[in-house]
Amino acid sequence: MAKIRVETTINGEEAEFLCAGHQTLLEVLRDDLGLTGTKEGCTTGDCGACSVVLDGRLVPACLVLAPEAEGRTVQTVEGIAQGSTLSAVQQKFLEHGALQCGICTPGFVVAAEKLIEKNPDPTEEEARYFLAGNLCRCTGYDKIIRAVLDAAAVMREGTA
Amino acid sequence: MSAAADTTRGQGERKFKQIGSRPIRHDGLDKVTGRARFGADYTLPGMIHGVFVRSPYAHARILSIDTSAAEKVPGVRAVITAEDFPDIAMNWIPTGPTGIDFGANQRTVLAREKALYHGHAFAAVAATSDEIAREAGKLIKVEWEVLEPVLSIEAALAPGAPILHEGQETQGAGDKPEGDSNITNQVLFEGGNLDAGFSEADVIVEGHFETPMVHQGYIEPHACLANCREDGTSEIWASTQGHFNVKSEVALITGMDPNSIKVTPTEIGGGFGGKIPVYLEPAAIVLSRKSGRPVKMTMTRDEVFRATGPTSGSRMWARIGAKADGTFVACETRLEFEAGAFRGSPVGAACMTVFTPYEIPNFKILGIDIVLNKPRVAAYRAPGAPIAAFAAEQLIDELAGKLDRDPIDLRLQNAIEEGGRAKYGPRFEAIGFKQTLQAAKNHPHYKAKIGANQGRGVAAGFWFNAGMQSSATVSVNDDGSAVVRTGNPDIGGSRASMALMAAEELGIDVTRVRPLVGDTDSVGYCDVTGGSRVTYATGMAVIEATRQVVDHLRARAATMWDIELDSVEWQDGNAVATNGDADKGSLSIEEIARQMRMTGGPVVASASVNPPAAGPAFGVHLCDLEVDPETGVTRILRYTVVQDAGKAIHPTYVEGQFQGGAAQGIGWALNEEYLWDAEGKVENSGFLDYRMPVASDLPMIDTQIVEVANPLHPYGVRGVGETPIVPPLATVANAMHAATGVRFRTLPMSPPRVLDAIESQSS
Repeated sequence: MAKIRVETTINGEEAEFLCAGHQTLLEVLRDDLGLTGTKEGCTTGDCGACSVVLDGRLVPACLVLAPEAEGRTVQTVEGIAQGSTLSAVQQKFLEHGALQCGICTPGFVVAAEKLIEKNPDPTEEEARYFLAGNLCRCTGYDKIIRAVLDAAAVMREGTA
Repeated sequence: MSAAADTTRGQGERKFKQIGSRPIRHDGLDKVTGRARFGADYTLPGMIHGVFVRSPYAHARILSIDTSAAEKVPGVRAVITAEDFPDIAMNWIPTGPTGIDFGANQRTVLAREKALYHGHAFAAVAATSDEIAREAGKLIKVEWEVLEPVLSIEAALAPGAPILHEGQETQGAGDKPEGDSNITNQVLFEGGNLDAGFSEADVIVEGHFETPMVHQGYIEPHACLANCREDGTSEIWASTQGHFNVKSEVALITGMDPNSIKVTPTEIGGGFGGKIPVYLEPAAIVLSRKSGRPVKMTMTRDEVFRATGPTSGSRMWARIGAKADGTFVACETRLEFEAGAFRGSPVGAACMTVFTPYEIPNFKILGIDIVLNKPRVAAYRAPGAPIAAFAAEQLIDELAGKLDRDPIDLRLQNAIEEGGRAKYGPRFEAIGFKQTLQAAKNHPHYKAKIGANQGRGVAAGFWFNAGMQSSATVSVNDDGSAVVRTGNPDIGGSRASMALMAAEELGIDVTRVRPLVGDTDSVGYCDVTGGSRVTYATGMAVIEATRQVVDHLRARAATMWDIELDSVEWQDGNAVATNGDADKGSLSIEEIARQMRMTGGPVVASASVNPPAAGPAFGVHLCDLEVDPETGVTRILRYTVVQDAGKAIHPTYVEGQFQGGAAQGIGWALNEEYLWDAEGKVENSGFLDYRMPVASDLPMIDTQIVEVANPLHPYGVRGVGETPIVPPLATVANAMHAATGVRFRTLPMSPPRVLDAIESQSS
């Protein structure tokens, strides 16, 4: 079966890959492009572990067909840190101990970045509802929410 | 980083510099950037993909399997069934409160005589793609003799019920059925005089309780990569709670020489007990041996739900009696637990925990292990204890109501303390139950006002915690930094705890200690990451090894000064000359390390421990919730966990354990359950329909760490991981009663059930 050639932009760099029409963006990211930071938890869009940003929109990569990335921009967890500097969200996750096993962390980091971009001063409730698509089984979410609110506060100070 | 000073009560006035601080965990950076490699992230050149083929029946005899059509599919490299493994008979070997059966473990990987639950694997296919393997699996022809499935405790115990394991007679204590039975074992603890005890009681409360099977719900599906090499040696990379366990299980199940197997633990994306059993690894290594290719196996979420991990569903009856002054006088239980397809529910631990937090002189605790055609249960965080506490702690709440007593005061009056005897035999050493109850009573949460349709619940619980075997190796680098190597997969921040303990002993900053989790060839044996044992037992090995390193460093300083070893003390990372040699001053660890090659070579020390006991941890939970009388929806408004940690090594991760256990327990209480169709197929094998708590379901979870030193650990540490899931089921149920006036004795307390209960109460 002929494969589809896809040209796209991933984490700011041009990328191209060949894929079958039914392959998901998650499969291509992980298995063909070596970007295994995007995690697979369910393949049904329920857990958020594979959260990526596609043309500015937060999506689960398991529900995006790989050919849909054609001509678009994809951001994964590997593109969050700038050079050797962690983002405020990443730094606050570390400081607050907002991870235990860490499998959900990349998805939460990607989603939290998006939350703060859309809403620089989220309330706790807004953060909880925005992040309700990301499952964490270890933390009870307490430290995750604190880390996200703290990161938002730091980012507001940084841009003020 | 701030150096937190602290003291351990009961351990003298030791001032800690590193212990009790909150450093950033060493493995955190790789986990927030996506670099950390979990089970599915490993690849090898030439790797192919293995998948299981699973039974479409919950109970069926396998008459024959024909794999020939699947083997001919282009891209297929190997197909295996139970025939590719040595035939190991089922045989239960007791190991303390539970046991092990390698025949059952093998049949959990691949069914042999029978498929015992819907989704039970009976073959595995390895092919150049996952897709080819799955398609080829559909071509495997099986001749089935479909049998009636046993899908409930009631059906399993019914006269004439289909028997899962022919020839299986009930073992253990108490009145037992004659002949073959689905009851595999009975546990009985008796003490005092039950009838006399209940006749002394002024108030007796009793109830029937039911809880459904629930899953651990780790976010990472099971995954491994296996490579059997030309010389018969093997490497396995596995997401597991214990790679030494994987090694020994793979060897036993496949008949391979254990010496030929090396297992490397990947980062593990949650386990909660469910990643102690091996499911994939024996199949992956045999597929690799047969195909000559590295084989990767990963489960889908659907497979995780159907064929791994759940903890038991239960049917329970319990009663407790008290005098008018609140003194508990007698209790009795009959706990029936679903084991799934093979013997081994946690009913023994349930019996050992139910009512154990209280002095009750007259008791009869009976527990029954029942097999039925559902997935084989695995350990789940304090296995059995939350289920038992759901019954016991509701009855105590009811008793408090009938006696018009504050529920914490009633517990304080009857709480077990040091010297008290557990109903299963031994006496407790120093425990912090009363202190924890008192802290909960004094907590602002307990005094806060609550509104209409709202209720507050309180419940308690404990877990024994485990000791078991651990080892550690500590080495000093030539710049005075150190490496600490252990063999326990880090499931929730244990690397940081190991580094903190080594740093404390060395007297250096925790950032100067690099913690590693080694493979089975590079570190001494460690039992699994489970039983809340790693910070306690592996931590003890780390402390012991580091103390040996300190002795070596003192000796090196003595050599450098040419003085007696006895004249060298170790203070804050420095060798300090004392006695008549005080004029020598001091040498820092950096100075000593720089001279290692001149003073005897590298400084390395190892230690191993095998503590038979651990030191139980008690917890008390408070919950405020609101029930919407129109919809039956329950909202958790406020939740507080108070628990004895003995000594919190890294308080952030202690709090995290408290919060995570509470959240899992809240999910179990309110929403989580397996749903089955009439044929025994799981109907909700995905996260959309198996509804675990999400961020918007929960409030912040407040925590209070109580520290009553564990006399068995040099710093007073108690394991903290499991206790937090013990009280929540009853805590939420007690709060529901306070809010609605209804006693919920069946889980989950989902909106339809709550609505029904409220409506039937008002009608």
